[in-house]
Amino acid sequence: MKKYKYLIARRLTQSAILFLFFAGNASGWQVLKGNLSSAKAFDLIPLSDPFAALQITSTGTLLAWNAVIGAVIIFLIYAIAGGRLFCGWVCPVNMVTDLANRLRDVFIGDAALRSWEIKRGIRYWVTGLSLILSALLGVAAFEWISPIGTLHRGIIYGIGLGWAFVAAVFFFDLFAVKNGFCGHVCPLGGFYALTGRFGFLRVGYDKDKCTLCMKCLDICPEKQVLYMVGQQSGAVVSGECINCGRCIEVCRDNALRFSNIYSKKFS
Amino acid sequence: MMPERRAFLINSIRNLGLAASGGMVWSVFVEEGKSAPFILRPPGALPEAKFIASCIKCGMCVEACPYDALTLAEPGDNKPVGTPYFIPRTNPCYMCKDIPCVPVCPSGALDASLVSKKDLNGETRLNIDLAKMGLAVIDRETCVAYAGIQCDACYRACPLIDKAITVEYTRLERTGKHAILAPVVHSSACTGCGLCEKACVTKKASIFILPREKVMGESDMSYIKGWDAQDEERLREAPEEVTTKTPRSSKNPVDYLNQEEF
Repeated sequence: MKKYKYLIARRLTQSAILFLFFAGNASGWQVLKGNLSSAKAFDLIPLSDPFAALQITSTGTLLAWNAVIGAVIIFLIYAIAGGRLFCGWVCPVNMVTDLANRLRDVFIGDAALRSWEIKRGIRYWVTGLSLILSALLGVAAFEWISPIGTLHRGIIYGIGLGWAFVAAVFFFDLFAVKNGFCGHVCPLGGFYALTGRFGFLRVGYDKDKCTLCMKCLDICPEKQVLYMVGQQSGAVVSGECINCGRCIEVCRDNALRFSNIYSKKFS
Repeated sequence: MMPERRAFLINSIRNLGLAASGGMVWSVFVEEGKSAPFILRPPGALPEAKFIASCIKCGMCVEACPYDALTLAEPGDNKPVGTPYFIPRTNPCYMCKDIPCVPVCPSGALDASLVSKKDLNGETRLNIDLAKMGLAVIDRETCVAYAGIQCDACYRACPLIDKAITVEYTRLERTGKHAILAPVVHSSACTGCGLCEKACVTKKASIFILPREKVMGESDMSYIKGWDAQDEERLREAPEEVTTKTPRSSKNPVDYLNQEEF
């Protein structure tokens, strides 16, 4: 069970958040109302997607205070926490792409179907493009096509043909590019990678304990962030790490753990 | 060093090219999706172009509506995806006095100031009668009241009865002894709630809500009804002086007299 504790915790968090939103709409629960784009917690605290707010702002629209405060709150939470905590613990698309990648590993395997090579830096281009297109088109461009929005709105309010968006992401990850959407393309992931760059909660690595089994690199959806494995002790620096903790779970040598990179204990 | 710089340049150009082509496909997709000219928005919505720019698609207006009249557009609805709308024939706006859908909007896409008015004590209060969600339009050819049959379903359903819909009496020439009791919509009062459309007895509603900008004309300052105090108000917005500029008007009229051919 210990081997899956973070995975289980993540699935519970992801599902609980969606369930609370769903109950907020269906039964009027006050814990979370709205959806991942913008919400109100306990009928009091505004919460908004800072990337959506940024896109709306780049259309030249002045957002109302509620959305601005909500966006600042969410931004601070993820900036302080570090890594792409949203992607690993909140975003519902993570469940879809994790399933695709799991199926890919179990039934297909990289030997039979090599993943297309595309650069992970593409996401930052898409992040920038989202803002430029928002300014040019006068609407929040990524929100318009986002499979994330489609999925969480779909679960809360009904999805229509939105399944096609989600299925597209699923098949892209399953057949074309391993970790394709979340790990290469998603502009929200790019945004949160920049946001979480200096947060405190990062995966720390102890070279002395490591036996170089490389299980962590096998399981990691963002392999480039574990550059230090086998090289030197230290913590993940890149904001692209989604803090999913899978590397910690698969490590049998206790060489990896979540750590506060700003604590004195950590060196 | 040179090959590195060369590779960098080529890579940058390739990325820019990819971004440009991706961006174009993306733009066309968004532009197509933006055009839903006959969509009806909740009360207090900003004008459509501004509304779709500022709506954050959170659905809190949808949740706030006690009648479940509002829906978030899903992919496949051919409407700007994730934005709220309502279909009057199936579920009209019941014009709640406290307009619960408007104050919950976090982004300002639903603007409370558009549906608020100062009361006698100078306090700003929500007033649903100010809503301009759309305008009821009557098809006189299919409306049975216009055919001389007694029907006042829309008139009775109207929350602003005798303001937004009135009944006009005329003689029914066909029989010579009956009256036509014809419903007439007044755009100054109609909120576009759609209760009339819901109530209409014909198979397909003969009174229906359309976005105001799709069905209303607009007269310019040359035509102000001087006998109508409200229309006269428009003069306040008029510029101090209106001058017509033509290629000829830039010259002084006196110059004309001095011209050779004169």
